[in-house]
Amino acid sequence: MTLQECYAALGGDYESVTGRLRSERLVQKFVLKFLEDGSYDLLCRSMEGEDYGEAFRAAHTLKGVCQNLSFTRLYQSSAPLCEALRDGFHPEAPALKEQVDADYRQTADAIRAYQAGLEA
Amino acid sequence: MEKPENQRSKILIADDSEMNRAILADMLGDEYDIVEAENGVEAVSVIGSQGTELSLILLDIVMPEMDGFGVLTAMNQNHWIEDIPVIMISAESGVAQVERAYELGATDFITRPFDALIVHKRVVNTILLYAKQKRLMNLVVSQMFEREQQSNMMIEILSHIVEFRNSESGLHVRHVRNLTVLLLEQLDRKNCGYHFSQTDISTIATASAMHDIGKISIPEEILNKPGKLTMEEFEIMKTHTTVGAEMLEKLPDYRDKPLVQISHQICHWHHERYDGRGYPDGLKGDEIPISAQTVALADVYDALTSDRVYKKAIPHEEAIQMILDGQCGAFNPLLLECLSELSEVIQKEVSQDMATEDSRQNALSITAEILQHENLSVSKRTLQLWEHERVKHDFFAALSDEIQFEFTMSPLQVTFSAFGAKKLGFPEVIKDPLHDPGVLSMSKPEAVMRLSDMLRSTSPGQPVVTCDCLLNVNGEERWHRIVARATWSADEPPRYMGAIGKATDIHDDRMKLDDLERQASSDSLTGLLNHTSAKKQIEVRLNERPHGRYALVIFDLDLFKHANDTYGHLFGDELLKYLADKLRKSIRGGDIVARVGGDEFLIFMEYKNPLEPIIRRIYNSLCGPFGDFTISLSMGVAKTEDVGIRYSDLFNAADQALYTIKRGQRGKGAKYVFYNESMADEETQSAISPIDSGLQKAEKGDEDK
Repeated sequence: MTLQECYAALGGDYESVTGRLRSERLVQKFVLKFLEDGSYDLLCRSMEGEDYGEAFRAAHTLKGVCQNLSFTRLYQSSAPLCEALRDGFHPEAPALKEQVDADYRQTADAIRAYQAGLEA
Repeated sequence: MEKPENQRSKILIADDSEMNRAILADMLGDEYDIVEAENGVEAVSVIGSQGTELSLILLDIVMPEMDGFGVLTAMNQNHWIEDIPVIMISAESGVAQVERAYELGATDFITRPFDALIVHKRVVNTILLYAKQKRLMNLVVSQMFEREQQSNMMIEILSHIVEFRNSESGLHVRHVRNLTVLLLEQLDRKNCGYHFSQTDISTIATASAMHDIGKISIPEEILNKPGKLTMEEFEIMKTHTTVGAEMLEKLPDYRDKPLVQISHQICHWHHERYDGRGYPDGLKGDEIPISAQTVALADVYDALTSDRVYKKAIPHEEAIQMILDGQCGAFNPLLLECLSELSEVIQKEVSQDMATEDSRQNALSITAEILQHENLSVSKRTLQLWEHERVKHDFFAALSDEIQFEFTMSPLQVTFSAFGAKKLGFPEVIKDPLHDPGVLSMSKPEAVMRLSDMLRSTSPGQPVVTCDCLLNVNGEERWHRIVARATWSADEPPRYMGAIGKATDIHDDRMKLDDLERQASSDSLTGLLNHTSAKKQIEVRLNERPHGRYALVIFDLDLFKHANDTYGHLFGDELLKYLADKLRKSIRGGDIVARVGGDEFLIFMEYKNPLEPIIRRIYNSLCGPFGDFTISLSMGVAKTEDVGIRYSDLFNAADQALYTIKRGQRGKGAKYVFYNESMADEETQSAISPIDSGLQKAEKGDEDK
């Protein structure tokens, strides 16, 4: 699997990210690093614990990271969740969170598959 | 303040997402040093500790603990925002957010997603812009500083011309100036209708220097007449006020400047009195400008307390009383109040050479002026920092009881800290110190030269030297430890530029150490050396000059045990002390004497004349009565001529000789015996009891091994 194929699988914009970061090496480095980023876990934990201030910040961070890496699909679901949580709990938040969950899984799976290909 | 060319600029990235920080760090890390903070509180603490080391801050808005706006607010409160540019990073592109950030002083925005080129370009531009602005700012400040200093210098030179013509000390101008500042500050504090800014005070103080410039027109015979002036002469003298004022009025260009206007007031009216009985115009009360009133009072005080051709100096308290009693004419009651409130301060400060105070005053007045120019507010902080550093330095220097100094080759001079100069009784600055009689009398010239040589033989990599020497402080020689660091130029090869350093008084510590050493090396009863240290000293002597002729004498008291038994141990101790004392008196300066143990003593000497008469003389001088007891001794003598220069050989030989006496093998009545080889054949036995001579035992043990 190439990095470009990985981007296709996770619904990201490969052209855009390589255009901005100017180096495939950098993009690869940060894509792999995405798996270690704690903001999604923090989002899940704080939603469960009903700490919506923290959940907002976590969603915000996740959104920012997706933006920087051009993970378009996950960005598109995390951005509305972030907005919904800006002023605390919002009735739509749980549904939006489910979409983020699904997109995050897909994104993470694609990256893991890409990583497995590199190591093989 | 300016970074050296080769030093990389430092950027703080404050963002709660490690990924985002890493991406930015990757984009910028090749050219800049990166510091990271993961929330607002951390960011503020980094800015607080690194200050202007930071060239730029990249600041996220949404962060835990404290958000980006919180950081900006803190930067405003601490005035950091004036020195360090901030670029906001955020996906928040709401107009309100952007506006708020700009209002709080943010310079620019970078929005997510990051584009490497754009981030890079913005960062570079912002840093360059700020660096340029800082350079300009520093330029302005240093030029203002220099101008202020130059004009003060010009004014002082002018006023001194007048004073020297007037045969005055040259300090009058300075005293009047200092006193004027004190009076104005006090008057301002009283809050009684008079208010002065720092700039006002500084202007009046500077102008005060010109109060007597009109005296340039007064004939010298009148100016320096020792006796009382005639009516006509006094009329001429009085004109110095109006002449001075005219001189200023006729200045072509600067008549409108506040400094000239104030100077004019002061020249013209510094002899007016509050009740209208002064000259030249007989102005009354507040018709006299407050500047002239203040300088008049300062002038009178300094005239009273200084020597003049027509009178002697009057003590401080008396002078204050005379002024308060109205003996020098009437003054503004508020000013008199200030004078009496300041009495103690005045006595302490006015007569001091306030050269350092002057430069501080300059800095302060410039700071004040800068405060009034909003555009220059960045430099305010720089000056504050500088002032803060100076105060801190002075404070710690005063606390530490150290003499601090700075030596420079060009100009060739040494500058002492205020405390150090006071302690040594030197001026703060001494030109050509290596030829200055004061500096050379402080220590041995060799010691000063040695320090100078040590510093010159350092290298830029290892510039620090330490040496202990005796310094003459207030007539007392005390041990000091000097730690100094040579300064080398950055040229190739490096040039020696001078040194900075400090001298710490270690006298008491050193004396304690010397005492301890002496205690450890001496016998506590008699104060003579003990065997171990005597041996050390003797060995040094033998090794230094192995070809000299030396003798070692060991002797003990006959019937000492008997004396102890008969008269008691206290008597025994007194006897040993007495003998030690006599021994000290009967030897020559270079000889070494020691108590080897119990009642056994040792003498080591170098001799040039025949030895036997010397030994006889010593022997006879030690024997004699002590109370009811008669001192008699047995002595064994060994010469290096016979046994060589090994200490143990010498000691054993002398011991052998003593032993032969003790056994009564040598002629009856003979009380001292020289070692000869025949004794070596005799059964090896020691006259000295093993308990008494722990040293000998230890050495034997060594030899056995």
